[in-house]
Amino acid sequence: MLDAVFLSRLQFALTVSFHYIFPVFSIGLGLLLVIMEGMYLKTGKRIYHDMTHFWVSIFALIFGIGVVSGIVMEFQFGTNWSNYSRFVGDVFGSALAAEGLFAFFLESGFLAILVFGWDRVSKLMHFFSTVMVALGAHFSAVWIVIANSWQQTPAGFHIVQHNGFPRAEITDFWAMVFNPSSVERLIHVIGGAWLAGAFLVLSVSAYYLLRGKHLDVAKAGMRIGLVVALLASLGQLVSGHASALVVAEYQPAKLAAMEGHFVSKEPADLHIVGWVDEKREKTHGLSIPGALGFLAYGDFNAKVTGLDAFHKEDRPPVAFTFQMYHLMIAIGATLIGLSLLGVFLWWRKKLYENRLVLWLFVVSVLLPQIANQVGWWTAEVGRQPWIVYGLMRTSEGISPVVSAEHVIASIIMFSLVYLLLFVLFLFLLNRKIQKGPVFVPGDPTHEDPRLSRESQEGVYNVL
Amino acid sequence: MFFEALDLNVIWYALVGLLLTGYAVLDGFDLGVGALHLLVKKDEERRIFLNAIGPVWDGNEVWLVTGGGALFAAFPEVYASAFSGFYIPFMLLLVMLIFRAVAIEFRSKEPWPWWRQMWDVSFAISSIASSLLLGVALGNVALGVPLGADHEFRGDFLSLLNPYALLVGLTTLAMFMMHASIYLVMKTEGELHDRIRDWIKNTIAFFVICYVTTTMATLLYVPRMTEHVREQPMFFVLALLNMLAIANIPREYYHGRDGRAFICSCLNVILLMALFGLGVFPFLLPSSINPEYGLHIYNAASSQKTLQIMLTIAALAVPLVIAYTVSVYWIFRGKVKLNSKSY
Repeated sequence: MLDAVFLSRLQFALTVSFHYIFPVFSIGLGLLLVIMEGMYLKTGKRIYHDMTHFWVSIFALIFGIGVVSGIVMEFQFGTNWSNYSRFVGDVFGSALAAEGLFAFFLESGFLAILVFGWDRVSKLMHFFSTVMVALGAHFSAVWIVIANSWQQTPAGFHIVQHNGFPRAEITDFWAMVFNPSSVERLIHVIGGAWLAGAFLVLSVSAYYLLRGKHLDVAKAGMRIGLVVALLASLGQLVSGHASALVVAEYQPAKLAAMEGHFVSKEPADLHIVGWVDEKREKTHGLSIPGALGFLAYGDFNAKVTGLDAFHKEDRPPVAFTFQMYHLMIAIGATLIGLSLLGVFLWWRKKLYENRLVLWLFVVSVLLPQIANQVGWWTAEVGRQPWIVYGLMRTSEGISPVVSAEHVIASIIMFSLVYLLLFVLFLFLLNRKIQKGPVFVPGDPTHEDPRLSRESQEGVYNVL
Repeated sequence: MFFEALDLNVIWYALVGLLLTGYAVLDGFDLGVGALHLLVKKDEERRIFLNAIGPVWDGNEVWLVTGGGALFAAFPEVYASAFSGFYIPFMLLLVMLIFRAVAIEFRSKEPWPWWRQMWDVSFAISSIASSLLLGVALGNVALGVPLGADHEFRGDFLSLLNPYALLVGLTTLAMFMMHASIYLVMKTEGELHDRIRDWIKNTIAFFVICYVTTTMATLLYVPRMTEHVREQPMFFVLALLNMLAIANIPREYYHGRDGRAFICSCLNVILLMALFGLGVFPFLLPSSINPEYGLHIYNAASSQKTLQIMLTIAALAVPLVIAYTVSVYWIFRGKVKLNSKSY
């Protein structure tokens, strides 16, 4: 079991999953920062000013850990997947390089102004920097999702012999960029990131409301968070369906694994919940007859390809893919429900008092995080046994010169370092949240008349 | 034989070199600030050091990340062979870079002395170790690494820690320390400024000793590195300019022109990187087993079409990158002033 292939996969899963906690927050919170600072520019109100300052400091913490854990990702293809790198460098490397050139420089340059530049640039220039940082975070997602989508649905290339080995070379750059799955997957990934950002703001704001602290900033945070959460969670329904259609068309083995669909047949049932018996090739649980065919092809009687259409060695792990996929769907539905509930209470003017719902929002920050993680696990495990779908097997992609012992050593090292980082992150995040948005001596154009006198004198956390 | 045309492969060799040179010039001084960090004892002085690089260190590191991405895109064989071959040292470098970033980010977030001391030490050790490891990697590339006919690495970790590579590592560290001391003089004022000015003599002396030793060792043991200069004496101009840039640093420093001293220090880094690139050319990863097994700009490259596409992308992006870099350095110019947003 402990061979170099398994260990390299484990290390990649570990490092990429840890890393992915942070970019989704940066992308989502980036959008919310644009809204918050935009509101400040528009209204000149102090709450938006102080709110933006507070969330920028949280953003900086998240971004910092995202950067350090991201450096590992940029080089890990070379260190642990050298055969893969030789095979795809011409195509995949280009997307990665474009990410560096178009996204990383933009983000890191303007981040300096966002965090340290309050007194050095005009308000408009600062807002511009916020927009650029948010845009940079989104660009980063664009290129990395393009690269990954090419692994799922390769296009715009041909296979050529190079130094005696086959490799993929670009024939049509735009066909590579807009490969069959990249647009649908990109929208789905970004929607997931917006949800992560929105629910982070909702969670912290709900916590302040429950504690009776920083009420103005918290209420404004709830409102902004709910609008983004509602739009994004409903949007995910559409983008998720669009992604599934692409999977049905281009990666039927993955769709079959996601649905635990062993036998090609019509009508094809859709499981709501269930468990997969991989040995007996059966899926038990609650299902809607014919619904899988309807969702995939718009016809309750449509035939859906099952895993029996694939050789055993070409099938992805079924039970894991099935459960992760269904967990993502369940969380997606929950997030829609929570967003609707929040908006309803907001409309009924009961949002800020309903303690049960506020507690739900406090813990809800975990849901988009889990959904983003298990969504990627579905996508990546569902692609197995291929590292590039239909072209190269994962087992063929590793570095031949790196021994299992080396990988064990680096896994232990990364586990310890990341554990330490994660503890530090939670500790510092908690400290920042406990400290809360403090009165920032700046010059908001108009004072907000709704604020209490204490707030204007520099203490926010007084009701 | 390799100088016949300025083709795409040569251009990409230069572009990857440009990104790595950008990294050496920019992250060079902030790695050096880390190496010098423990030499000041007061909390406020250490905060000034950190905030001298505060708004820029993250962007500086992007040059390395993008250099890695460009290497992957343009010369995937090198990316694959070098990083899998240098597995252990590379993992160490990554951990050092992680600790370094975390130390900068977290150090001033809590007031406790033990907390700050812990991160100060992490910052210094990780900066020194990163500089050494980067230099050791360059030294090994100059020397050639045991690449087999299949372009796979045939050596082990200890073979990478040979005396020549360690010497280049030490020289890199010395160069970054000199570079950083000049940078810090620019960014500080008052008594701290005067104290750092006194260090410059030492950092220059340390660098010059390392530089001369490395040059002698290269001439004696790695003659291949100077082949192109022997064939084309006009390249000697680069070495000459390099000497002049180094010699001009104490002169500018003596006259108190800190900015010009820093420019000369930047030129020194750029010219050394250029001489290194010229020496290794056309190889990116020479083989010490058999020269024919080495990876050079033709057998390691992506297809012509991809190099062409990437050149278009670079032509769009590089001016933007330079614009961001210049703007950020311009906005944060001048002496460091601590405020509530500082590290």
